[in-house]
Amino acid sequence: MQAQALSGGFADPATQSAHAFRSIMEAMARPGTLHGVSGALPPAPLSRAAGAVLLTLCDTETPAYLAGGANCDAVHAWLAFHTGVPLVGPSHCRFAVGSWSALTPLSAYPIGTSEYPDRSATLIVECPELTDSGEILTGPGIRNNAALSLPEVAAFQSNHALFPLGLDFIFTCGDRLAALPRSTKVCAPMGATEVTPCM
Amino acid sequence: MTDYNFAYLDEQTKRMIRRAILKGLAIPGYQVPFASREMPMPYGWGTGGVQVSAAVLTPEDTFKVIDQGADDTTNAVSIRTFFERTAGVETTTTTCDASVIQTRHRIPEEPLSEGQILVYQVPIPEPLRFLEPRESETRKMHSLEEYGLMHVKLYEDISRHGHIATSYAYPVKVEGRYVMDPSPIPKFDNPKLGDMAAIQLFGAGREQRIYALPPYTQVVSLDFEDHPFEASKADHPCGMCGAIDSYLDELIIDDTGGRMFVCSDTDFCEARQLAGHKGKDAA
Repeated sequence: MQAQALSGGFADPATQSAHAFRSIMEAMARPGTLHGVSGALPPAPLSRAAGAVLLTLCDTETPAYLAGGANCDAVHAWLAFHTGVPLVGPSHCRFAVGSWSALTPLSAYPIGTSEYPDRSATLIVECPELTDSGEILTGPGIRNNAALSLPEVAAFQSNHALFPLGLDFIFTCGDRLAALPRSTKVCAPMGATEVTPCM
Repeated sequence: MTDYNFAYLDEQTKRMIRRAILKGLAIPGYQVPFASREMPMPYGWGTGGVQVSAAVLTPEDTFKVIDQGADDTTNAVSIRTFFERTAGVETTTTTCDASVIQTRHRIPEEPLSEGQILVYQVPIPEPLRFLEPRESETRKMHSLEEYGLMHVKLYEDISRHGHIATSYAYPVKVEGRYVMDPSPIPKFDNPKLGDMAAIQLFGAGREQRIYALPPYTQVVSLDFEDHPFEASKADHPCGMCGAIDSYLDELIIDDTGGRMFVCSDTDFCEARQLAGHKGKDAA
């Protein structure tokens, strides 16, 4: 276990984190687009994309919350060695990682204050699949509309309603990621059985 | 080049700047505080822009720097050389070949495309600062969307000059929420801010603020129904390339009052001259 914790980080941190950040930034600037990230080999259950996001954005200054299965010894040791990130509960975290079911309810996370809406959490949501189809997205960064497979609709609609407060999401699956900032409006896809009206 | 970390800044600083950029993109127009570092250049020379560029550059990027539209002024040349030496990136003066463009006070004439990133150097990021000097108050005004004072300022322009006399750093409203300073670009460039295909990042080093506009963001220049916003420029064609739709610099060329107008975007002007366009002052 000890040896496993020491491996799987960026071999060349400066350039690999620069590439990973560009993917994350493109994803956040263009919600609904999928981007590849590579270079990290975190222990299970973390995906390679989630590992790369954590290595790129987290350090001793960013308390993180590990939800559900991500909260295991192997991940603790790996993050401690590679990032030094302090682990906290959801109410004080800057980043949270886990599956959607483990991360919810969203009311547990800081959404920022009206004077400092940036002081809010970013949730890294591990998804079993991630495609650019499904829920319809509109808003800044999207020309007309985009589509993204989201775990649900209502939670993202109520998060958007808090704007400029709210949470930002990075969805990870294997070595790909997409993002959904609070500024994006989410609608259920046309013809969905459970109709959720746009907010 | 091994004397420095890639792109000069240490990794922890870059992570901090990168987190600020992501929050900035998530809240378009909102100024995210960040722990600006001292850079090997004085404040006012683009330390904010340089830090943002350092955080977004990858070794494969092609980097362009413009200063008031020009590629060949001291500020542009020294920042370009800085990243050639500390990041080893390719540099260019051709707008369409650049993947990251750092700019001081202009948006290139040529429309930018989806793969590009435009990094602005910002001296004073707070549009309300000259109306309300206290940061604690301007924070509150942004949080309450209390922008009446800005409209009073534009109204005073009209009552004093008969029209809105603000000609650069013209305030804009982003996605109907935050009033934002577009940095001291001429108001001629304001219409390019909205619906741009490229990502726009703004860095203010001395004031320690980063803000951003994602692509295709709605950006509206503040105005009044009876005094609509007008993107103005000198009413002349370019003396070198004859362009009638580009922003012009006025140059004094002798001591008898002679003057000429030339494109402020040097790359745009040179490309047009190479394509055979000639203005009345071209040699």
